Amino acid sequence: MKHEDHPMRKYLRPNKKMPTIWCSGCGIGIFVQSLVRAIDRIGYSKDDVVMVSGIGCSSRIPIYLDFNTLHTTHGRALTFATGVKLARPHLKVITIMGDGDAVAIGGNHLIHAAKRNVEISAFVINNQIYGMTGGQCSPTTPYRLKTTTSPYGNREAAFDVARVVEAAGAAFVGRATVYHTPLLDRLTEAALRKKGFAMVEVIAQCVTYSGRWMGLASAAEMMTWQRDNSVRVERAKEMSETELAGKMVIGVLTDRERPTYNEEYNELLAEESKV
Amino acid sequence: MKAVLLQGNEACAKGALAAGCRFYAGYPITPSSEIMEFMAREVPRLGGVFIQMEDESASLGAVIGASLAGVKSMTATSGPGFSVMQEHIGFACMTEVPCVIVDVMRGGPSTGLATQPSQADVMQARWGTHGDHPIIVLAPSSVQECFELTAKAFNLAERYRTPVIVITDAIVGQMREEVTLPEADMEIEVRPQPTVPPEEFLPYGDPGNCVPAMPAFGDGYRYHVTGLYHDVHGFPTTQSGEIDFLIRRLFSKICQASQHLQWFDSWYEHSETMVIAYGCVARSALRAVREVREKGLDVGLTKLKVLWPFMDATISGVLDNCRRVLVPEMNFGQISREVERVNQGRCEILTLNKVDGTALTPPEIVRKLEEIHS
Repeated sequence: MKHEDHPMRKYLRPNKKMPTIWCSGCGIGIFVQSLVRAIDRIGYSKDDVVMVSGIGCSSRIPIYLDFNTLHTTHGRALTFATGVKLARPHLKVITIMGDGDAVAIGGNHLIHAAKRNVEISAFVINNQIYGMTGGQCSPTTPYRLKTTTSPYGNREAAFDVARVVEAAGAAFVGRATVYHTPLLDRLTEAALRKKGFAMVEVIAQCVTYSGRWMGLASAAEMMTWQRDNSVRVERAKEMSETELAGKMVIGVLTDRERPTYNEEYNELLAEESKV
Repeated sequence: MKAVLLQGNEACAKGALAAGCRFYAGYPITPSSEIMEFMAREVPRLGGVFIQMEDESASLGAVIGASLAGVKSMTATSGPGFSVMQEHIGFACMTEVPCVIVDVMRGGPSTGLATQPSQADVMQARWGTHGDHPIIVLAPSSVQECFELTAKAFNLAERYRTPVIVITDAIVGQMREEVTLPEADMEIEVRPQPTVPPEEFLPYGDPGNCVPAMPAFGDGYRYHVTGLYHDVHGFPTTQSGEIDFLIRRLFSKICQASQHLQWFDSWYEHSETMVIAYGCVARSALRAVREVREKGLDVGLTKLKVLWPFMDATISGVLDNCRRVLVPEMNFGQISREVERVNQGRCEILTLNKVDGTALTPPEIVRKLEEIHS
């Protein structure tokens, strides 16, 4: 298929030079396709989509996509996204962050965005490493893994991003890997459609760094690792903690109804005007 | 005209609303919190958005996001919060997003003196964020000026697409004075809008006056905004020509603005000794000048309302017509060094620096002036 014929071609910016900055074998591209497919299925107008990102490899995604795009500072994408959503509520606001971005430097913003339940669809692309800066240990780097900043092994437990966001109050929380593409497609669409703060943790391979540190030599090996270390949430319910140790639970982890920040604020305005 | 009794912080908030501000995001901090409290009460009544964020970085992030969505936005803070905001001040400079930040100065460094005044953030307002960048900083010295200069800050932010900082202090921010509010709506400026269709639009080009048009997100002009160096399309670049073009345009923009930003008040111009002061110190200085003149000393005052870009032309005019200058400040001499730079050896430059957390009083300035003239 010539690239002009690709059904998702219309979502790529006509005036942005290619190729992308991502390494060959990177998992980010699989997510980008999943995201634009979901946007296409839902049928948003490109003018109504605002895509906000932080700093890191995955935060380069908005550059290539033909929406209103905002590439912000490290960790703080959700704060900008909050401002956009409250100022112009009809816009569909999507944020894309990496694991170091969303969970380390931006951890407090992530928790507060979930607590407020601002209607933002947030995607945390978790490759378990700081890729852009050269393979340093991140908050989701596996325990004992050797990286450039944990040369004797990482002695901190990895963050469970999905559970943190769930506890903070998000309306929707899901996790998928880029290996499980049909699931990723479903979760991405569900997060976009969700009224309220929706977060999907997307496990994606960094072949250049996490693959090297984990002893996985190719994208295929890393995606096989994703397959072998994931458990569907429905199955996980029947497994013991010991059986689940080291496994990633994937699927819809939380889906609940909560008034969004915009709804609360509109109610406040209505009540105030009666006084 | 309507006369009312207002607090400096309240007047900043009122000025912002008069200029069309309809989005406030902030984090409480003494001695600026009354601005936030006023906005929490009044912004919803005007149909705008008020939100309390988790920190000052988040506050300015939300302000920038709201401004990109087309709504005039602001935040307010003090020393420690101003430090936390610096990263996003740089982002707003680089991406040219209009916004207003009020910094009510308290004693620093660090937590310093939460309830006591200082003027020690003058250089931080200029250079606090990393990298070369231009900035506009206004300095009210009365409650009336808190209203007027905060309103003007919004117009400047829109006209030049830049963050504008209003720097007050714990005295000016907390004091109450009679203020005359304009009865009619003030003149409100809005950011330039594109005159070409989306496919011809260059979000970071130079239309001739260095200020590109800024459609809001959702207006049909889909473009990219990034804190990275970017080309005229907004896309990241590492090409030296494109980098040079951008940073020089950003500086030219504010440099041109500087011609129109010679805002000052003068008393007894062309005196033998001129006092140059700003903020709360300008109040003490005026009283001191009047007092020593009664004793026969030839002393005048120039009160600065714009601190950055520094008013080289105004200061040069003062220096051309006096023998010496006294710069009293509640810091170790942040503006006096700028006066020295402009002076180039023309006059004698004297300083009076108070850094103990209390106001620089009229008697202290009188003493210094008498000592100079003895």
